[in-house]
Amino acid sequence: MSTLDPSSERAAIARPPTSREQVLDLSFRWATRVLAGLSALLVVFIVLLIAKQALPAIEKFGPQFITGTKWDAGKNQFGILPEIFGTVVSSLLGVVLATVFGVAVAVFLTEEFIPRWLETILKNVITLLAAIPSVVYGLWGIFVVIPAIRPACNWLHEHFGWFPLFSTPLVSVGMMPAAFVLAIMILPTITAISRDAIAAVDPLLREAAFGMGATRWETILGVTIPTSKRGIYGSIVLGLGRAFGETMALAMLVGSVNVISPSLFSPANTLAALLANRFPEAASRIDLGALMYTALVLLLLTLIANVLGEFICTRMSPDAVTANLRTTRKEVNP
Amino acid sequence: VTTHAPPSSMFSSAPATGDVDLGQLDRSLRRPRTLINYGLSILCGILAILAAVPLLSVLIMLIVRGGARLSVALFTQLPPAAGMVGGGIGNAIVGTVLVVFIGALITIPLGVLGGVYLAEINPEGRGASVVRFCAKLLTGLPSILAGVFAYTTVVLATGRFSPLAGGIALAVLMLPTIMLTTEEAIRAVGDEMREAAIGMGATQAEVVWHILIPRALPAILTGILLAIARGAGETAPLLFTLTFSDFWLRGHFMEPTASLAVLIYNFSKSPFANQKEIAWAASLVLVLLVLVLNLGAQALSQRARRMVGART
Repeated sequence: MSTLDPSSERAAIARPPTSREQVLDLSFRWATRVLAGLSALLVVFIVLLIAKQALPAIEKFGPQFITGTKWDAGKNQFGILPEIFGTVVSSLLGVVLATVFGVAVAVFLTEEFIPRWLETILKNVITLLAAIPSVVYGLWGIFVVIPAIRPACNWLHEHFGWFPLFSTPLVSVGMMPAAFVLAIMILPTITAISRDAIAAVDPLLREAAFGMGATRWETILGVTIPTSKRGIYGSIVLGLGRAFGETMALAMLVGSVNVISPSLFSPANTLAALLANRFPEAASRIDLGALMYTALVLLLLTLIANVLGEFICTRMSPDAVTANLRTTRKEVNP
Repeated sequence: VTTHAPPSSMFSSAPATGDVDLGQLDRSLRRPRTLINYGLSILCGILAILAAVPLLSVLIMLIVRGGARLSVALFTQLPPAAGMVGGGIGNAIVGTVLVVFIGALITIPLGVLGGVYLAEINPEGRGASVVRFCAKLLTGLPSILAGVFAYTTVVLATGRFSPLAGGIALAVLMLPTIMLTTEEAIRAVGDEMREAAIGMGATQAEVVWHILIPRALPAILTGILLAIARGAGETAPLLFTLTFSDFWLRGHFMEPTASLAVLIYNFSKSPFANQKEIAWAASLVLVLLVLVLNLGAQALSQRARRMVGART
């Protein structure tokens, strides 16, 4: 209302917030705080909810649920040892395969082996691998992977059948095709995280190794990978967490048979596949309770893997090495 | 001083001088370390190429087996019953779009505002690091457990399978992607703009709404598109929240509904050739949908990089 000085015109643009704006600001900040808090609470809520639903079954079956080997809803007999075995074995097989390929691709992408444009293509291929829905991988596994690997698997069974790993033939579905498809699905996770870890290695370390006359692979195996090994370990553990929880490809490929067999070609079952197969037809309350118990075991398994993976990734990144190097450099060259 | 690899190379130009063997500096294929070097490079290349084979195989199969059934009828007709010929996936496409839409509607406000909190309102606080950690854990949550969550909260409460239950399951799975990409997007906006706005007397809310979100929008949309792409392909949580239906949606949203993902799963186990073909065609449609979303996300993220780049 007053025109005291020439700066008043500018003051109309730059002015302190009105009380209405301050109220809006405060409520906006609280809104973001509440929503962020809700998202964090969601994790806790999911854990508590599943635990609560599983409680009756936990009281009824106790730890025998974990060690039991039979799942017979008719007789109210529930045990998930074969599923735990199948989950761990298929995930470990998948992770071993995915690590070999994933770390190779990560090295290939970061160490300037190939021209930039080829690097971009390979990177996009890996991203697209992650984008394809797992149910499509399951379909592909049934119609492509199983027919493709069956002759080799059965040849191994015929000639080395005495060896426990090959003691059964691959009829159709089984552990091997499931682990194979699982490996493809976690390859992008392992590649992406270990690539970041390798790329974060200080170029100075690499140059120093080259300067001392090391060949490219002596540098990679002796300097780059040891420096970034924590990120790589982290990626493997996170990949394992992903593999534990992967459902569709396994529900379609692993066979859903409750057996514990050392053979790679035998059908098996996993926790997630059991849930996918039994949940839609859960009839009774006790049935549902047993499934909730299974869900809780799966949840704990993946939570442990994920917390461990995140912990390894954040606590033990190559930053520590780099920071160390930087201080050394400063001491030498102030 | 190395003990192996005697300086026997024919190409070594200089003889040994003193204790330093200059021949060691020559690069010769005869030396084990050079050979190992090449061998490992080739091995690594082969592994990298092999890693790309599955994607090619999947794409070829989708085009060959799924493309065979691509027609108008595929999009307008209902899924064929056992033993029948023809049919399509019309209701499944509608169902997938609906359930992903519901999921996105729930999760976008939560994810974007949560991301704003992490990046801007309280970036260094203890609360933020807890939220960030929880979001990362949520990234690793098995999708089937999101289904169990939606089943107990919605299906048991309402007594029926519905797109709402499916949407809530997908919302849980989409949330961390949106939240973490929003955080990164907002952090990438330069401090100059922030400081200029605050200097003009803008409140933090105004800075966020008028400066940060518009500036970071392409990058935020990238995250949203990626999350939607992930949601569209999810199957496991839909098996017992959405289940399946052989009919068109009847207008009210509280009934079992078809979706592409569950259709593929159901028909993959079918003994009938026609249903298997439909499964492949549905996979092709689903993968095309997901790829388009991914390409859109990539185009947007390039734009976002240009916008951030323009600032410096």
